[in-house]
Order: sequence, then structure tokens, then C-alpha cells
Amino acid sequence: MELRRSAWFPALLGVALGLAVAFLTLPVLAIFLDTGPGRLLDSLGDPASREALRLSLVTTTIAIAIVTLVGTPAAYLLATRRFRGRELLVTLVELPLVLPPAVAGIGLLAALGPRGLLGGALDALGIRLVLETAGVVVALVFVAAPFHLRAAQAAFAAVDRRWLEASRTLGAGEAATFARVAVPAALPGLAAGVALAWGRALGEFGATLMFAGSFRGITQTVPLAIYDRFATDFDGALALSAVLVAVSAGLLLSVKLLARDALR
Amino acid sequence: MLSVELQTRLGARELDVALAVPAGSCLALAGPSGAGKTSVLRAVAGLLRPDRGRIACGGETWLDTAAGIDLPPERRGCGYVFQDYALFGHLSAWRNVAYGLRGVPRAQRRAHAQALLERFGVGRLADARPATLSGGERQRVALARALAPRPRALLLDEPLSALDARTRADAARELIGLLGALDVPVLLVTHDFMEAALLGDEVAVIDGGRIVQRGSAAALAAAPASPFVADFTGASVLVGHVRGTADGLTVVALDGGGVVASTAAATGEVAVAIHPWDVTLEPAGEPAHGSSRNRLEVEVVSVTAIGSRVRVGLAAPQPLAAEITQPAAEQLGLAPGARAVATWKASATRLLPR
Repeated sequence: MELRRSAWFPALLGVALGLAVAFLTLPVLAIFLDTGPGRLLDSLGDPASREALRLSLVTTTIAIAIVTLVGTPAAYLLATRRFRGRELLVTLVELPLVLPPAVAGIGLLAALGPRGLLGGALDALGIRLVLETAGVVVALVFVAAPFHLRAAQAAFAAVDRRWLEASRTLGAGEAATFARVAVPAALPGLAAGVALAWGRALGEFGATLMFAGSFRGITQTVPLAIYDRFATDFDGALALSAVLVAVSAGLLLSVKLLARDALR
Repeated sequence: MLSVELQTRLGARELDVALAVPAGSCLALAGPSGAGKTSVLRAVAGLLRPDRGRIACGGETWLDTAAGIDLPPERRGCGYVFQDYALFGHLSAWRNVAYGLRGVPRAQRRAHAQALLERFGVGRLADARPATLSGGERQRVALARALAPRPRALLLDEPLSALDARTRADAARELIGLLGALDVPVLLVTHDFMEAALLGDEVAVIDGGRIVQRGSAAALAAAPASPFVADFTGASVLVGHVRGTADGLTVVALDGGGVVASTAAATGEVAVAIHPWDVTLEPAGEPAHGSSRNRLEVEVVSVTAIGSRVRVGLAAPQPLAAEITQPAAEQLGLAPGARAVATWKASATRLLPR
């Protein structure tokens, strides 16, 4: 009787995972190995770096707040209602996911630029986006929102529909059911969506560059500052990259921990 | 009084139901899976909007499609116990119960919910999450949650089917006690006629989207209006109380007269269930023979042919049914008004707590 199972397939899975982990972590590791702690601190001491970091944190925070406030109810609607054209709407809001950043930038210029579709209307309202900090936020919202919409939609779809119905029979209206049952029950998924969107926004480069430009203190976020420095000061670019990785990782981690604690 | 009248299309089939449940009474809507039972509950709760219909409760109109009235679920005040209870998984037991306590000041909600949980014997589980509770515990929490806002009607969807056989008997006994103490109309649906007979003051059998017969469980079993109801009802149900044991058998005195013996153990008030095909009929006035321990003098009330079988409705004096072959029925000369003796074995006699 053959008791030994064939071991080649588990071994193959192990090798695949090993390769994936090694390849995906190597560049991140290299950034930290090449940047000594001293260089990291020097980089933070540099006013240009600090400005870029502050700008990145401010613009991504505003962008994520907008994405969360508008995207969460929109995702709830898409996840809980069946209506004609729903599939089309889902595809439309997910489209920016597959759009190359350069195309996103051109699109934003064509829509909201001075000579764009809504350019005249925005001008009449006294709103200027191009080459302004507000433009950075617009670009970040555009590229980051689909990540949250997708994750939030999946999270809401996974909430037991009868929980929502039970809530209604217990006297809670639609809004109260959303706030007291749907959102808390979907919280881990919603947090994952926020974390993904935030990560995407922090790393945003192409659309921001094309739509808002790269002006120190106004539109030059950390990724743009890294690129700006890369040709002349590789070590400086490396140090700033390490800062960005640390900030991104810290943000993702705290969003996840917050969501977990909220569920306790 | 809860009155319901509705017609609606459900996929390929049509649901057309009219029923009324007085306050303090429980109507069991029984039928096979896919008969549209749950849709009736959902329509009453406001979770499903029927094509046409009128639903009113305690003088308030909840739905009137002709008049354009359709109250949302939160304004109907229906306590709804879902089939698998649908407790909020992200909330502890007491928070589940407190969810519907709107009129109660925030500071008193915990105490209020705790009192309700105590009433259902699960006070110690106030801080437990639903995922850690057993089926029986979940049901109690779900009942406490549904009753917390003082509903104007209570809806129960298959209240016992999610429980294992051992828990079910206890849960049934508790439910009966609870239903007896409620002063609102109760509508429950089940696919199990025994459950309907046990819990419902009246049973309405639903088939193909329509109520095909309504009455007491015993009356339905004894005089089914159609072969479907005869098949569905399965057993006759007699009520009585255990008088003691004799020769290792449980002796039950039936309400209205007569004594039966069962191999099942029980005490107190019981329901006695007998399958019609276990009951044989003998001409009246003949001496006892054979091994059957149970012999009751009966009067024939109805004779219904079901294919090659005949369902004979009897007054024992409680309604009882026997199912015998067509030739046997002819030989005995069975007709309404005729007298006979019904016999069946103690081992074919089920006892259910009441």
C-alpha cells in the first residue's frame, strides 16, 4: 500500500510563493538597505522633502475623505439594488483602474482644464485646478476612488441581506440601517478599500504631473519630488522613497488596526 | 386583528392569499417548500411589495395598493423572527435586543435588554456574539429582539427548523408558552404539519400559492379538503394529559373522554399524534382481539377517497383519521353517522409536549 503522497505539488506552491515574496520585497528592502538611518533623517531635515511630505499627506487626506464620503454610499447603492444599467455603471466607475496614468491626466485636462469641457464653468465660478493644489486632490480622487468603490461594493454585497431587513422590521429606516448595520458589518472591507485607495493616492504620479504639474510647495507631492531629484541626487531620491514607503506602510497598518478595534 | 389579502407574481407562480388572525391567536401557515409561505410573511412585514393587496393590523392600514398606501417596514411594527434568526453578527446579544428599543432612554437600554434576555433564559449570554451561540440560544435572542419594540404583530419563519431534534422539543414547549402569553396576532410559517399543529391555534395549509384549507389541526387531519391536505397533514393530533404509567406504557386521558396508551414517555399536558395509516377500523360491538392496546369508540364523520385509499374522518370524540383500503371501507359499510371502533398500537402513538 502506498502511503506516501506525492509531494511535488505542495513543493511547487512553496517555490511559487517564495519567488513572489522575494521579488516583491527585494526593491523595498533595497531602498532601506541603501538608505542608512542617518540619510533618512537628513532627508527629513531638507525643507524641500518636508514640504513634499506635508503636501502628500494633506492632499491624500482630503482626497481620501472625499472618496470615502461619496464612494461609500455610492458603493452601497450599487451593491444592494438591482436596476437596469447597473452593470454598465459598475464598469464605468471602475474604468479609471485600467486607464494609464498619462491618459488619466490628459482626460482630466480635457474635462476640467482651462479649455476643457467644464473649464468655462469652473472659471466662471472662480475655481482653478490646473497647476494648483486643488488639482492634485482632483487627480488623486480620480485615480484612487475606483479602488475604494470596488472594495466597498464587495464588502456591502457580503453583508447578509436579512440583517438589513431585520433592521427595518426593528424600526430603523433606510439611513439608520445603513449607518447602524451595513457600515459596521462591512467595516473590515471598507477599511481595506480606504487603505488601498490611500496607498494608490500616496503613490500617484502620472495624472498629477500632467494635470497639476510639479511645483515645489504647491503640487509637488513626494513621488514627484522623488522623480525631480532622481537625476541629480540619487541618494536623496532614495531616502525620500524610504520615507514614502514608511508612511504608506504606517497608514495602511493604522487603518487596518482601527477597523479591527472598531469591531471589538 | 391582522388581516391580509394579497395577490402577486413570484417568478412563474401566482400567490393569492387571504387570511385574518385575531389578536392573541396564532395562525400557522403550513405548506411544502416553495409554496409561497415566506413571501406572505415578507409582504406583511413590508419587505416585499405585492402586485395587489390590502394588509391591515389593529385598525391601521399597512398596505392598500388600490389606495396607494404602502408603509415601509420600520413603520409597521412587525416583530419578525427570521428562519436562521438573522442576528446582527457585529453586535453582542444584548445590543441585538437593544437595537429596536427606540422609545427607551439610552441609559436604560442595557437594563431593558438584559431583562428581556433573562425572560428567555439567556441573561448570562448578554455579552456573547451570535456566532458563539447555539441554535436554541440564538432563537431565544432572536425572539427577545423581535419582541423588544413591542410589535403589533409577530411573524415567525420556520421557528423550529434550524434546531436539532433534541433542542426542538424544549424550544417548542417554550414557544407555546410564549405564544399563549402574547396579546398580538401571530403568523407563523412552517413546512412541518406537526409543528403547525403544535404551535398554531389554527392551521392554514398553503399549496401552489393558495390557502387550500384552514381550521384546527385536528379538523384538517380528520377531514382534509383535498388529497394534498390529507397527505400533508399526515398525522391526527389529539390533546390530553398524562394520567400515569401502566405496564410500562404512558397512559393519556384525552380531553373530552377516552384513554390511550403510548410507548413514548411524557408527563403533563401532551399532544398525541397518530398516523391515519396506523389506525384500523372494526365494526362496533365486537369483542377485542389482536394486539392493539388502543381502542376507541368512534363515529364516522367523513369518507374521502385518495386514490385507492380512503381517509375516514372520525369523532373520537376528538377528530381522528383512519386511512384504510377502498374494499375494507366498503365491507365495513362506512358512511357519515356510522359507528365503529378505531384501534392502533401503543408503539404507533407519538406524544408531544404541549
